[in-house]
Amino acid sequence: MTPPYQAPRLTVPVGVHDHSEGPSDARLVLVEYGDYQCPYCGAAYPIVKRIQKHLGKRLRFVFRNFPITNSHPQAQWAAEVAEASAAQGKFWEMHDYLYEHQSSLGDATFFARFGRSLELDVVRIEREVAQHLHLDRIQEDFTSGVRSGVNGTPTFFINGVRYDGYPEFAPLVAALEEAEKGTR
Amino acid sequence: MTASPGSRALSILTPGTRAPDFTLHSAPDQSLSLREYRGRPVVIAFYPADWSPVCSDQMGLYAQVMPEFKKFNADVLGISVDSIWSHLAFAKDRRLNFPLLSDFEPKGAVSRAYGAYEPRSGESTRALFVLDSQGTIAWSMLSPDGINPGADGILSALEKLERAGPRRKPT
Repeated sequence: MTPPYQAPRLTVPVGVHDHSEGPSDARLVLVEYGDYQCPYCGAAYPIVKRIQKHLGKRLRFVFRNFPITNSHPQAQWAAEVAEASAAQGKFWEMHDYLYEHQSSLGDATFFARFGRSLELDVVRIEREVAQHLHLDRIQEDFTSGVRSGVNGTPTFFINGVRYDGYPEFAPLVAALEEAEKGTR
Repeated sequence: MTASPGSRALSILTPGTRAPDFTLHSAPDQSLSLREYRGRPVVIAFYPADWSPVCSDQMGLYAQVMPEFKKFNADVLGISVDSIWSHLAFAKDRRLNFPLLSDFEPKGAVSRAYGAYEPRSGESTRALFVLDSQGTIAWSMLSPDGINPGADGILSALEKLERAGPRRKPT
């Protein structure tokens, strides 16, 4: 007999290795597996910001890489740029910058422009991206996503359980608040 | 959109069953038979339709996860009732690296043989099968409507097959 359907769970728990915003002891943990070139992730980006604002200190938000390079040729490059920025302590600044400038990913002037606006060592980023210094980490994220049931981008997990609803503000907040009840 | 177990969950072929053989078109002038894959694990992914309105859909994900499947020497076959011309355009658009088979005429016959057909919509369901090297179903799963099952169940099933011992020679 086929067992009844159960939403998959995160196989790699959130830890110090992760890029996260919000208190590490927050009752609610929202994990996104995302791709910087995916338009649906681009659409989800302001929604997540709104949710973070709405839930404040109750929420910890974690971003993990899931570049789908077959459909998005710039996705891996963008993920490598974000990881290289993380090495300079500016992951979230770059994460936000990438989603806010999604249409110009891969433009020749991209490095020059973000270098100015984010005060990053651009030469170091270019070198680390060219050497694929952070690719292992990106692939680890990707593999952990696949093994956790990530089925496209964006895929969200709420307190470790895959969220199968629409990536919109109201249903996500409702699911988060529902999950919060279980933690009291 | 909440997932709930459907009553159809009992209808797909279950582990231990011999996978029904089939021959379907993989290109306008080319067809492919399941028995050609004897000797290595095969993943069969039935899905409702080409061109589902999301990027990085189920088939695109499998293309991206292909290196993981290949670690188990497994091949992937996608099957829907779409015509071969639709499959060709879809595979090109999503850069798919595995065959899409057209269960087009008689419509849905192979999907029905696996219990993976929904007559109300006239489409295959999102049913997954992992076959061992002998062509016996080792694992199967039916995903609820609208839920892309991802690849984790397939990989766990392939892992379990590998742990079960060295691949036996095809009979």
